Amino acid sequence: MIHISDPETPRLPPRTPHRPLLKLFFGDVLSAALTALALVAVFMLLPGLNWVTLDANWAVADPDLCRQGGACWAFIRAKLNLILFGLYPPSEQWRAGLVIVIILAMILVSLWPRVWGGRLLLVWAGAVAAMLILMRGGMLGLAPVPTSKWGGLPVTLMLATLSLGLAFPLAVLLALGRRGRLPIARAVCVTLIELVRGLPLVGLLFVAAILLPLLLPPDWTVDKLGRTLAALTIFAAAYLAEVIRGGLQGLDTGQTEAAEALGIPYWKTIWHIVLPQAIQNVIPPLTNTAIVMVKNTSLVLIVGVFDMLSAARSAATDPAWPAPYAESYLFVALIYFAICFGISAYSAHLERGVRARRHS
Amino acid sequence: MTQAIRLQEVDKFYGTFQALHGVDLEVSTGERVVICGPSGSGKSTLIRCINQLEEHDGGRIEVRGVKLGDDLRNLDAVRREAGMVFQHFNLFPHVTVLENCVMPQVLSRGTKRKAAEDTARGYLDRVRILEQADKFPGQLSGGQQQRVVIARALCMEPKIMLFDEPTSALDPEMISEVLDVMVDLAGTAMTMVVVTHEMGFARRVADRVVYMEAGAAVETGTPDQIFGTPRDERTRRFLSKVMAG
Repeated sequence: MIHISDPETPRLPPRTPHRPLLKLFFGDVLSAALTALALVAVFMLLPGLNWVTLDANWAVADPDLCRQGGACWAFIRAKLNLILFGLYPPSEQWRAGLVIVIILAMILVSLWPRVWGGRLLLVWAGAVAAMLILMRGGMLGLAPVPTSKWGGLPVTLMLATLSLGLAFPLAVLLALGRRGRLPIARAVCVTLIELVRGLPLVGLLFVAAILLPLLLPPDWTVDKLGRTLAALTIFAAAYLAEVIRGGLQGLDTGQTEAAEALGIPYWKTIWHIVLPQAIQNVIPPLTNTAIVMVKNTSLVLIVGVFDMLSAARSAATDPAWPAPYAESYLFVALIYFAICFGISAYSAHLERGVRARRHS
Repeated sequence: MTQAIRLQEVDKFYGTFQALHGVDLEVSTGERVVICGPSGSGKSTLIRCINQLEEHDGGRIEVRGVKLGDDLRNLDAVRREAGMVFQHFNLFPHVTVLENCVMPQVLSRGTKRKAAEDTARGYLDRVRILEQADKFPGQLSGGQQQRVVIARALCMEPKIMLFDEPTSALDPEMISEVLDVMVDLAGTAMTMVVVTHEMGFARRVADRVVYMEAGAAVETGTPDQIFGTPRDERTRRFLSKVMAG
């Protein structure tokens, strides 16, 4: 069991007291100017807001009448399945839907520090296996669906969680190796980290999707989605490794000395004493990397993986509708924002817990 | 009386700087030895060599008959028998006080959790801090933290306790609560090696006082002899400074 944070820590830092509103907005010249500027900005944005909300058409059945003066949300309604599930066969889309439910449920459960530990990892392994079986089919009476037909939100969510989840242990090893005493291991870790950080993700994806099948013998080839996942994982691992290394460096050497003096073996010291504290030290940059990686999954569209962004794009190209790119992208942006904001809020919660226990 | 600790001609180098110059020291089982001397004299280095937080570069160190230096298994055995209290506490800040005492037993000796908790509560009670068991180290005062450190070390049932300036990082009003616990411990026939500037403590509990300067053990004797009639000029100079200050 790793101890990182306990949500039931009672003490929270006090909030800043409220100032009177009028004073807050017009108290001095700077505040007044900023308030005026903000008001002007709001007025300028009003037409746009109107376009998105009041003037929008939510349920017009005829595509030609949809875009009269406002956003065409009816389009999202009509194309929701395409955006969420991509080219996944419509009759089997309940399976992709179930995968979204499983992944979200697993994430929600994992937010609770009390359940962290080896058993949770096993449950995750089971959940991932279940998701792969559901998506892929070909067993248990499920019709087979090749990965080239996978798409939309399940692909985005799976790429994000799996790449981060697989990258994390790899990153820990890289960070430990880079700080370790073994010269060869250190050289390998430094080379890998610096090489991957020196490449753009797009380049790495091209290598994985296009170059690798040319270089490897044909019967070695892993599925393209798998290769894409591998590229994302290595990319995330290099960045996470440096973040974790920062956390390790911030740790007082007295901690490992105390563990040594108590006769605690090296790996147990790393797992129970060093890592939990190192990770607590770097929650903000870890969050940063996690958010960046979630959004980076959208880059897979350039190697032809059909994630949510590509699905939304292709939905908007339907000639029957009046080219509703804005609506498509806004809808997808909303989903990305919800995911990333959720990550932010959760990390802020963890940090408050850590702070409440360290200083009080 | 058997020898708990035996150091012969121990040398220690940091690069080209020699921190210890052929130090000899013997501590009998149940004996309480105080090491004093100016800062930079090698006191901490010496005590840290005993459980090999620092590796010595020359000479011979034996702890309870086990020679240190060539076999790593010996090292683990010695570390489990020698508890250490640090100047800067080094409690694990991410877990509770109780867990600080439980975790090492479980991780180091494979003690069952339930038994480890009972042991931990017992020693926390003995250092009179049981009521803080569920708090985190950061929520305690320095004196309280140092008492937890002592309890944590005692949970491993050590035969020897090493104290590396246990009161130097404490506010003056908290020194006595820690010294009281140490005096209490001295009453239990525990073998103790204490690096400290607390001369009062040395007079009260030490069987022997070792005065160190510039990496060498200058003079060894009973507290009365060292503090009353120091033979070496260097000891006299140090003591006059300490007593005056």
